[in-house]
Amino acid sequence: MEDSRRRFLKIAGIAALGMGAAPVIDAVAASGGHGAEPHMRKGADALSAKQWGIVIDTTKLDHEKVEHIIEACHSIHNVPDISAEKVGEKVAKRHEVKWIWETHFHNAFPNLPSKYMSEAVEESPFLVLCNHCEDPPCVQACPTQATFKRPDGIVLMDFHRCIGCRFCMAACPYGSRSFNLRDPRPFIKETNLAFPTRTKGVVEKCNFCAERLAVGQPPACVEASEGAMIFGDLEDPHSDIREVLREHYTIRRKVALGTGPAVYYII
Amino acid sequence: MLEYAIKGDKKYYGWIAFLLGLIGVGFGFYLWQLKFGLGITGLSRDVSWGFYIAQLTYMVGVAAGGVMVVIPYYLHDYKAFGRITVLGEFLAIASLIVCMLSVVVDLGQPMRVLNVILHPSPRSMLFYDMIVLNGYLLLNLVVGWNVLQAERNGTHYPMWVTPLIYLSIPFAISIHTVTAFLYCGLPGRGFWLTAILAPRFLASAFAAGPALLILLSLIIRRVSNFDPGREQIQTLAKIITYALIANLFFFGCEIFVAFYSGIPEHMDHIKYLFVGIHGHGVLVPWMWSSMALMVLALILLIPPITRQNEGVLAVACIMLFIGAWIDKGLGLISAGFVPNPLHEVNEYFPTFPEVMITIGVYAIGALVLTILYKITIGVKEEVRA
Amino acid sequence: MNDKGKIIAGIIIFFVVAAFPFWFNMFMEKAPAPELVLTPKAQAAKVCVRDTEFMTANHMQLLDEWRDTVVRKAERIYVNAEGKEFNMSLSNTCLDCHSNKAEFCDRCHQYASIEPYCWDCHIDNPKETK
Repeated sequence: MEDSRRRFLKIAGIAALGMGAAPVIDAVAASGGHGAEPHMRKGADALSAKQWGIVIDTTKLDHEKVEHIIEACHSIHNVPDISAEKVGEKVAKRHEVKWIWETHFHNAFPNLPSKYMSEAVEESPFLVLCNHCEDPPCVQACPTQATFKRPDGIVLMDFHRCIGCRFCMAACPYGSRSFNLRDPRPFIKETNLAFPTRTKGVVEKCNFCAERLAVGQPPACVEASEGAMIFGDLEDPHSDIREVLREHYTIRRKVALGTGPAVYYII
Repeated sequence: MLEYAIKGDKKYYGWIAFLLGLIGVGFGFYLWQLKFGLGITGLSRDVSWGFYIAQLTYMVGVAAGGVMVVIPYYLHDYKAFGRITVLGEFLAIASLIVCMLSVVVDLGQPMRVLNVILHPSPRSMLFYDMIVLNGYLLLNLVVGWNVLQAERNGTHYPMWVTPLIYLSIPFAISIHTVTAFLYCGLPGRGFWLTAILAPRFLASAFAAGPALLILLSLIIRRVSNFDPGREQIQTLAKIITYALIANLFFFGCEIFVAFYSGIPEHMDHIKYLFVGIHGHGVLVPWMWSSMALMVLALILLIPPITRQNEGVLAVACIMLFIGAWIDKGLGLISAGFVPNPLHEVNEYFPTFPEVMITIGVYAIGALVLTILYKITIGVKEEVRA
Repeated sequence: MNDKGKIIAGIIIFFVVAAFPFWFNMFMEKAPAPELVLTPKAQAAKVCVRDTEFMTANHMQLLDEWRDTVVRKAERIYVNAEGKEFNMSLSNTCLDCHSNKAEFCDRCHQYASIEPYCWDCHIDNPKETK
């Protein structure tokens, strides 16, 4: 009895191996190219850098300009406007999605404000967005690397991979990230048909206009700022942005945390 | 041994039906959440983790508490605990199932959950959390089942189980340390960025886990012929007393550091919990209740005369369990996120659908626990007959 | 073995039910293969990014490769074996030619009962004004 059972198992094992071999061999074998192999590359106009950065000159900003900048970003990226008129004030605040927005000095820099401050700084609008940090805590936290740092320094979201665990949101020291608590599509004022929307259940944030850089255009916020924002390669000592940083005193948000934010502010 | 689980009286099947009902309702709400999105919960842009992750955090502690039975018995030969090690291990299994289901219902894209395995991320604490939680679940399943089976057969458990038992001890410590590391390594969250978070987690785990085990043991004694033992319950009571003292002491240390140094950023989160800030303070009554419950529990646990009275002990355990749950669940998570990194205050409180889904998850845990305990009781009753 | 008759009957019923998809299709009218409609632009182009046989069998793998390359490698241009270049975009390249999703993409997807979630995010009617 035992002998034949053992024999049966042996034969079954070998058969399974044999049946499993064919697909493995198929997969490993070359796909037989005819002529050149298809390949992929960057566009000719694509801009490149080692670490993209932005300088925001807050002395050149006013509320109108800031609104225009925010509108430029949110409109081309199909960022939903979950308004209080549609869902009520409380829910609108909870479900808010924003990539770049306006705040006050003491919110953007909670450790800096003095008791007696310059009026200009107290009243200026401050734009805050993802800082595309040099050492991003969100990238470290992401369990699927759906949040990752590209070789050009942009901290990008891979919406295909994100599982919506929101660990990156807990990790971000700047509150730059938003989560799609509901389907954003009903709340997109005017869809930009050239850019995807997101779906419910994924985290999103500023993408440094990676899709525009790829075709040689500056980030939308920089373009809309009419000179109040400058972008460039922080690691290129000859870039415009490095020139600006040499000429002006700038500050960054929560530097003591060691994240290395790439967004600088002239105040 | 599964046959023990299907031989029960009306009360047993009534309880199972009740749990299945709760599971069904919770599942219905979860389907709604899948359709609409996590917007049906009270979560927000600022408080991006809430009730579901709170259950993960608390129940992973309860699971680790099982080790408080394993260590004295297997490492220090405290023979009395031999009676109840399996109860501790099976409680760990049910708790871990609640933990993992809590994570799944919290995900925005749950169908993609395998991405965590497909794209391993050794820098992420969630990666290690997945490994140790599943590892500890497997260990407890294998060890508990084999030890129980050996008891039923009247033999010693097989030798290969022994290294697994010893392995389960560092695993128990690790599940809760890794979960603490989820929080205490985040540079932007001052409330959590403290070295004492992991020790505090462990202290509250070793109080809450065995406290639940005491309550379950008292229930088992009442509904079956198996008596986990008065001595066993008393030893567990001593353990939770010291663990609760440690938990409250650690909390006291946090209060001192924040308020003696006077650093606004450190004080703000604790102020939010206990007195509210900028007019927002939905958790204030909860936190004070939690403190009151834990202190009262301690007052009942310290004097031997009250601790040895099993009725009073049961009350103390319930107070401890609920108090620790409020503190570690609601309090810990909310305070980490409020005020937000820009010092704005946006509060969080769970919604009705969120609570119903959570109840469904707990019901699944309770169902697993019921079945495993029914088997355990069946074996122990038979062996002692 | 008093229940032998019941057991055998049960086994036969099980196999009949399990083999339902096979014998149902043998005796009933088969669902016809989906009819795909090509837009004038697609017809004029004659061939897609890759040859038709490849695309029919492998467009899902191709799109999967595309999405990882665009997002994670920052490369957006696809050069096929004949040297023709394409922008790797579902909505802006694929749907540029195949702008009739309901008569093209959906036909096979509905036949095979597949619901790709691409359209949750990617615009499925880029030519229409909202």
